[in-house]
Amino acid sequence: MAEVEETLKRIQGQKGVQGIIIVNAEGIPIKTTMDNTSTVQYAGLLHQLVLKARSTVRDIDPQNDLTFMRVRSKKNEIMIAPDKDYFLIVIQNPSD
Amino acid sequence: MPPKRPKSGKGSSGSKRKSKGKKIESHVPKEEPDDDDPDDIFPMVLTSATQQLFGCRADEDVTGESPYKLLRKDDIVQDMKKRAAVSDFSPVKQTVLDYPEDEILLVFDRDFLYGQSFYLVLTPEAKERILHPPKPETAEAEVIENDAIKTPEPRQWISQGSEQEIENECVKETREKLCIKFSRVRRKFGAPVCFSDHNADFIECPSYKDSRFSIKQMQRDCGLQAVPTLQSSSAQTQRKVLRNIHTQYTPRELSDEDKENIHQSESLRNFLKTVTPRVLHALQQAEIMDEFTDDRKALSSAAKDDDSNEQVYEDLMLVRVLANRAYTKDKTIRCINWHPTIQGVIAVALTERRETQLNESTDLTVKQHFILFYSCKNSTTLLLLEGPDGIFAFDFSPSDPNIIVGGCANGQVVLWDISAYVTYLQGTQPGGKKSSVNTDTFASDDKDKKTPVVRFCAASSGESVQEAPITDVQWLPPTFEVTKTGEAVENKNKISVQFVTCSPCAIMFWDVRVSKQWSSWASGKKHTTAHSVSETFKHLGRWWKPLFKITPPMINTRRDYSPLKFSLEHYTCTDDNTAGTTDDPADGESSEVVPDYSQLRTRSAQTLKPLEDVNTRMYVGTQEGVVVYTDWKQDNKESGHLHNAKSLHHGVVNTVQRSPFYKDTILTIEDWNFAIWKEGVTDGPIFTSPTSETAYTAGCCSPSRSTDFFIGNEDGSIEVWDLLKKTKEPVQVYKHVIKARITCIKSWSATTSKHYYLAVSDDVAAVFVFRLPKSLYKKESLGLEKFFELEEDRLKDFQRRVAKMKKEADELRKKGETNKQIKTPEEQKEEEIEMKEYKEYLTLEENILKGLGLWQAPAEA
Repeated sequence: MAEVEETLKRIQGQKGVQGIIIVNAEGIPIKTTMDNTSTVQYAGLLHQLVLKARSTVRDIDPQNDLTFMRVRSKKNEIMIAPDKDYFLIVIQNPSD
Repeated sequence: MPPKRPKSGKGSSGSKRKSKGKKIESHVPKEEPDDDDPDDIFPMVLTSATQQLFGCRADEDVTGESPYKLLRKDDIVQDMKKRAAVSDFSPVKQTVLDYPEDEILLVFDRDFLYGQSFYLVLTPEAKERILHPPKPETAEAEVIENDAIKTPEPRQWISQGSEQEIENECVKETREKLCIKFSRVRRKFGAPVCFSDHNADFIECPSYKDSRFSIKQMQRDCGLQAVPTLQSSSAQTQRKVLRNIHTQYTPRELSDEDKENIHQSESLRNFLKTVTPRVLHALQQAEIMDEFTDDRKALSSAAKDDDSNEQVYEDLMLVRVLANRAYTKDKTIRCINWHPTIQGVIAVALTERRETQLNESTDLTVKQHFILFYSCKNSTTLLLLEGPDGIFAFDFSPSDPNIIVGGCANGQVVLWDISAYVTYLQGTQPGGKKSSVNTDTFASDDKDKKTPVVRFCAASSGESVQEAPITDVQWLPPTFEVTKTGEAVENKNKISVQFVTCSPCAIMFWDVRVSKQWSSWASGKKHTTAHSVSETFKHLGRWWKPLFKITPPMINTRRDYSPLKFSLEHYTCTDDNTAGTTDDPADGESSEVVPDYSQLRTRSAQTLKPLEDVNTRMYVGTQEGVVVYTDWKQDNKESGHLHNAKSLHHGVVNTVQRSPFYKDTILTIEDWNFAIWKEGVTDGPIFTSPTSETAYTAGCCSPSRSTDFFIGNEDGSIEVWDLLKKTKEPVQVYKHVIKARITCIKSWSATTSKHYYLAVSDDVAAVFVFRLPKSLYKKESLGLEKFFELEEDRLKDFQRRVAKMKKEADELRKKGETNKQIKTPEEQKEEEIEMKEYKEYLTLEENILKGLGLWQAPAEA
């Protein structure tokens, strides 16, 4: 428990980080640093995106797998690190 | 077989006589002979030889039952001739000879009624009478009655031919009955019998339609029965593919327990361990460098100007059209104001479109003059303020937006206090409920159950003002006050208590507080106000007069200008004024405390500190097209001192507005062009627009950009002028956004949504609310200051040049005059000679023309 917290703090300490969400394999957020509405929205939308990306990568080469995903937008950058059971979503505003 | 009926009455059928008559006659003759005329009957005896001769033997040919015998006249005559005197007919010889007919009736008189056994009927009338006696009705009736009483005797049956029909119908045996006997063969006795049918062979004769003729059926009986029409039908719908039109989601969430479990789990820890380095790496990267930026683009965007020339002007978006047909019929709007505090509420002042003279109007209906409050959100009429006459201008008090002052068409000034009705404006009061707030309002239920009507609570006296309508009214800001002499002094109460009105007669300053000299009057007079009217300004009574008046005089003539609109400089107090004002509420609270106006008293000028830096000058737009820049301070030396008056407009000045961005810039709009003035520059406007084709009727400065002005036209178009871009024509023209003439434009910025709105009113009393497009929002980088500076310089330069030219012209003239005066005597003489010659020429001309008859007397100069 403490480990989890400590890791999150480390990530949060980086410059420009707006929020962190940990989502389980079904897309239900487990842990978050943002408000509930945004969390749920991000989790739902990004879960589908990650699954799609992953399936794309694996379709092209079945040996391959998705390790990291960055979505760069005008206002901020969303980073998603997928894994077998969970994924971690970090939202950063790099220009800050 | 029924026996045949024996034929009876053979004798009678054989007789020539009518058998009918006989029946009745058999009873009658017993009475008749007594009534007969004896002249017609001649009883006579007939010998047996005569009897035999004529075939009337007694009891043989003629009997009692048939006593009549018609004898031929010729036979009788012959007999008489034969037997002359011996004939029995000799006594009646003459009569017989005279007898007109051929046959004479001889009656066998069995009973010797006339004395003899026979009698001869002499006249044919009698014969007819006897043979065919007329049936007297009464006699017959008597007869019938007699019959009824007696049992009717069977009468003899007279055949009419019906026995033939009966005969036909009767079934008679034509032949003897045949008897046929069947018997079976002996050996078949006792065996069952089977009977069967067998058609007798006969030739059928079916009926056929005869082609020779056809009978058309002309009439046919038919029967009708009404039967209700019933129809049953069924339908079956296609079963389409079911598809969700709407779905609503809620996100799945884990319970806290589950979350805790997961947090504790090993897998999460492992996950984070693997993932964290990647994420940190990525974050660091993003922090260090943004690999997506395009440096070249970034370079160009910094240098780019916001106001690109290719700016596309979007349309004004019409947000709302506000018009309440019940109140706005035949009315026009003279003034619009946005409510200063409540968002989205517009107030419009309605006046009659066609101004009728008082002595012309024979219409006795009470006209009500209103200010309507509209809500922008739902286009409803929220509140009505009633005034004594058409309201031309009104203003909200800056310190308390519930106090509204209005100027009427008859020159009266009225005040309203809508503190009680603020809930209506805020939209918290539901429209359907009867106003439970003020249960003693009676005016509100008259017109419209939903819209309350507020009557004015104070009005200036009708006698003190002239008959000119008040065209502009404005509250003085709460920062300073004005005394009787026009000096600006500090305002202790920090609320607006004074306002300025402007009418074609004069500009007047008013005060809503009780003056010392009137307080006695007001308390002495007790006049009851209507219940619904607010008591706020009761102290003003009916003797409310302005503080002082200004009439800006014209320079060259003795007349005064007729001011229409004016503009004051809004003065914000710079110093704190803390000395001696600790009991006054702080600025922030002043809006909450509703000041009791009746308690306020005008303070004498000595107690208040005069404010030196208040700009007591104002710009006035007049009816003559002159913009007057005058000072309202009435010092002793210069009363109503006129600083400057510049006439450049050809028509009536209809708008004078200050720019919200530049405190010293004024926009004046008149019919054909507009001008921008800068305060302090008294030579003229620093900018005038070119003359336009359509008349300008209203205008305002843009709330979003300092360079923009909106000008409204007579044909309903709105022009957007941006002086930085184009000075000769509008940057954008929104053609015909409104159908009628635009009467007023006011702008407003919604602080909540950061939008800018324009309220435009037209001549048919409809209000259109437009939202400015985004293209007109952006703040410009360059302001108009530079532009104005340039213009100012230009103007100064121009004026200098004009002055120089004028001076030169004057000098020239002067020179010319001085030259004239210094004349040598020779020149004088020459001149005289010339003059004489000229005069001679004139007389010659006159003579010639007179001779020709063309002489025209020279017009007297």
